[in-house]
Amino acid sequence: MDGGVGYADMDALKATELRLGLPGSDPPEKPLPTTTTTTATTARPTKRSLDEDRAARREPSEGGRATSTRATKAQVVGWPPIRSYRKNSFQAMKATAEAAGLYVKVSMDGAPYLRKIDLEVYAGYKELREALEDMFKCFEGCKGSEYAITYEDKDGDLMLVGDVPWEMFTSSCKKLRIIRGAEAIRGLGSSQ
Amino acid sequence: MSEERSDMSEDEDGGGGVEQKERWGPSQGGGGCGSAKSRGGVWTDPPPPFSDQVLENVLENVLQFLVCRRDRNAASLVCRSWCRAEAQTRGELFIGNCYAVSPRRATDRFRRVRSVVLKGKPRFADFSLVPLGWGAHFSPWASAMAAAYPWLERICLKRMSIADDDLSLLAFSFPFFKDLTLICCDGFGTHGLAVIAEKCRHLRVLDLIEAYLEEEEEDQVVDWVSKFPQTTTSLETLGFDCVVSTVNFEALEALVARSPALRQLRVNHHVTVDQLFRLMVRAPQLTHLGTGSFGPPAALALQGDVMEHEADLVSAFAASKSIISLSGFRDVASQYLPAIYPVCANLTTLNCSFAEITADELKPVIHHCHNLQKFWVLDTVRDEGLQAVAATCKDLQELRVFPLNATEDSEGFVSDVGLAAISQGCRRLRSILYFCQQMTNKAVITMSKNCQELVVFRLCIMGRHLPDHLTKEPMDEGFGAIVMNCKKLTRLAVSGLLTDKAFAYIGKYGKSIRTLSVAFAGDSDVGLRYVLEGCPKLQKLEIRDSPFGDPALLSGIHQYYNMRFLWMNSCKLSIRGCNDVAQRLPRLVVEVIRDRPEADDETVEKLYMYRSLAGPRNDAPPFVKIL
Repeated sequence: MDGGVGYADMDALKATELRLGLPGSDPPEKPLPTTTTTTATTARPTKRSLDEDRAARREPSEGGRATSTRATKAQVVGWPPIRSYRKNSFQAMKATAEAAGLYVKVSMDGAPYLRKIDLEVYAGYKELREALEDMFKCFEGCKGSEYAITYEDKDGDLMLVGDVPWEMFTSSCKKLRIIRGAEAIRGLGSSQ
Repeated sequence: MSEERSDMSEDEDGGGGVEQKERWGPSQGGGGCGSAKSRGGVWTDPPPPFSDQVLENVLENVLQFLVCRRDRNAASLVCRSWCRAEAQTRGELFIGNCYAVSPRRATDRFRRVRSVVLKGKPRFADFSLVPLGWGAHFSPWASAMAAAYPWLERICLKRMSIADDDLSLLAFSFPFFKDLTLICCDGFGTHGLAVIAEKCRHLRVLDLIEAYLEEEEEDQVVDWVSKFPQTTTSLETLGFDCVVSTVNFEALEALVARSPALRQLRVNHHVTVDQLFRLMVRAPQLTHLGTGSFGPPAALALQGDVMEHEADLVSAFAASKSIISLSGFRDVASQYLPAIYPVCANLTTLNCSFAEITADELKPVIHHCHNLQKFWVLDTVRDEGLQAVAATCKDLQELRVFPLNATEDSEGFVSDVGLAAISQGCRRLRSILYFCQQMTNKAVITMSKNCQELVVFRLCIMGRHLPDHLTKEPMDEGFGAIVMNCKKLTRLAVSGLLTDKAFAYIGKYGKSIRTLSVAFAGDSDVGLRYVLEGCPKLQKLEIRDSPFGDPALLSGIHQYYNMRFLWMNSCKLSIRGCNDVAQRLPRLVVEVIRDRPEADDETVEKLYMYRSLAGPRNDAPPFVKIL
């Protein structure tokens, strides 16, 4: 299964495909099944079920034994046999967790405008750093100066990012500030 | 979870229903006690002579003591007067398939019923395999019962579609109504609940188990909890853990305070841990508690300040000396879990199957639960957690391990290791439901030898067609061992890579099996044939995505009148084969369900067939074709 070749074509095909489902609800990494079938009324009411793409696709029902070497399998309606009640409970929990997010403002010295990021999408400091670098690289300037990432915590104090465990950081961080220039270098001397 | 009855599982009882236990043929009158073929099931027999009447009265007094419906069915077959006497004394009416008999016929025969149990949709409806609007409407039954049973006290429904109006009808028709239990039902909302709460002054039980309430806008949600009578109530059980909307907590607290008989309380996930504490303080006599969220109120959670309520909670549990069953734990903050330690030693039931807890979080809890009989858990506890269960819970009778990620390519957290451990430690196990991704024949064989009390064995290897992950062989030998060694087995669900050999085993050894669930299994028609020819006690057969076709279907002709139903979807059936069966068995209702209107007419996507005295139903939607 090579996703590279013809994937753009697949996208175009996908766009014209008639299917029940919330826009953008299917995961990008799953390929199209060989025959897509739509079911109009089998799934629980759409307003409850968030996972529409699962309900919308059906395995071709020849019932033959599939080889275990089949790399990809289209999702099948009602398998594994878990009641919608249970599925929806977990999806609802995940959805509220996802929707909530932990958005904080990020300011950089000298940048004309601020950004906002969701701390919950990052697994740890490394990812955060990389994301911030990426976000602000247009403002780096030719100087390529040192910078320090700081944050303002619950008590309003300016703290250096990286000292405390990640979870503690995300629960206490109110906003981020990227400090550049001489100030930053001085402060960083001992820690980094 | 409440006691066994509320699950309405027939796995461990004698089975049987209104229909006769004996071989059921079209020549027999079926439900009508051998009386002359009467229209609409109304009695046309002349009244018996005086001496017979005396005998009948005596008989009635004796038959009062028969409780089990299987015994009653047998008694009713002896002769006409026994049939009449039994009909007059049957207090609980059990209808396993709401379409097997018309409401009128049932109420005409059994005149003095106080309690009705009614089941509707086939079980595969739980997995979105039965399209919406298929049927199982409660309305006709509600109307018939309202007319016939003014003394009705109890109604228990499973997989029925109930409208708010039906609930209103109940509330207004039955002045002595005490007990409403709804399992996996849908169609009603808070308005219906409000009418029940308000009008049923003697209500003892209102238990909603995995019900799907209609979605309501904020301003449509009715504050049903406030509608209970303001005086002391007779409530013993209140379960609403599946209700999605918030309830008025002040009203709930006040209700609990004025319900001294309350023993079972299951709240929904909107009830936070501090609110739970307040309820527990009001009701220290509780035996069954559904804890709701078991997490802190949202405001506190954001501040990371979760420790606040812990001490309160521990004292509440310490004071609740009667608790034997716990469930809920919807958003459990693991810091609160230790609060339940004071009651663990008394627990017979623990359902934490909505809590994503790890083995380390489970161990200290389960370590105290020596008396546990029923345990439902998520696979996040892994094999290690199950080993801890096996080490402590020697009296365990029922285990259910649910998957956190219910997708077939998810990473499974439990495996054959956990299953083997359980079989080593829990020798008295009677019922198991186990979801996993990796299994071996060896572990299943071990369980078959260690757990001789097994009545229900349901193993779901989530990846389709997965073989024994060590030997790469099919799972035939494992399931074969189960049917061979577990002599009390009445319910079996199979999965994994299975050939016709597995079915040969089931047909040869599964002589007590009543319920069989098959998915993605078998090689040919022979597989299904083995089962239909070999399992005389088979009542309920549900099959999906297996290569069984018309010849296999036809091989079961001798059996279908003895069964409650057969469900097959995505197999190899054609309309010709189904027509064939329908013609040969006139008392069988053969429903062909079509999801997609454009599908070709020859293949049958979904088949649902069941014996019925009522004939083809008149409420079938357009996508159902009755042959």
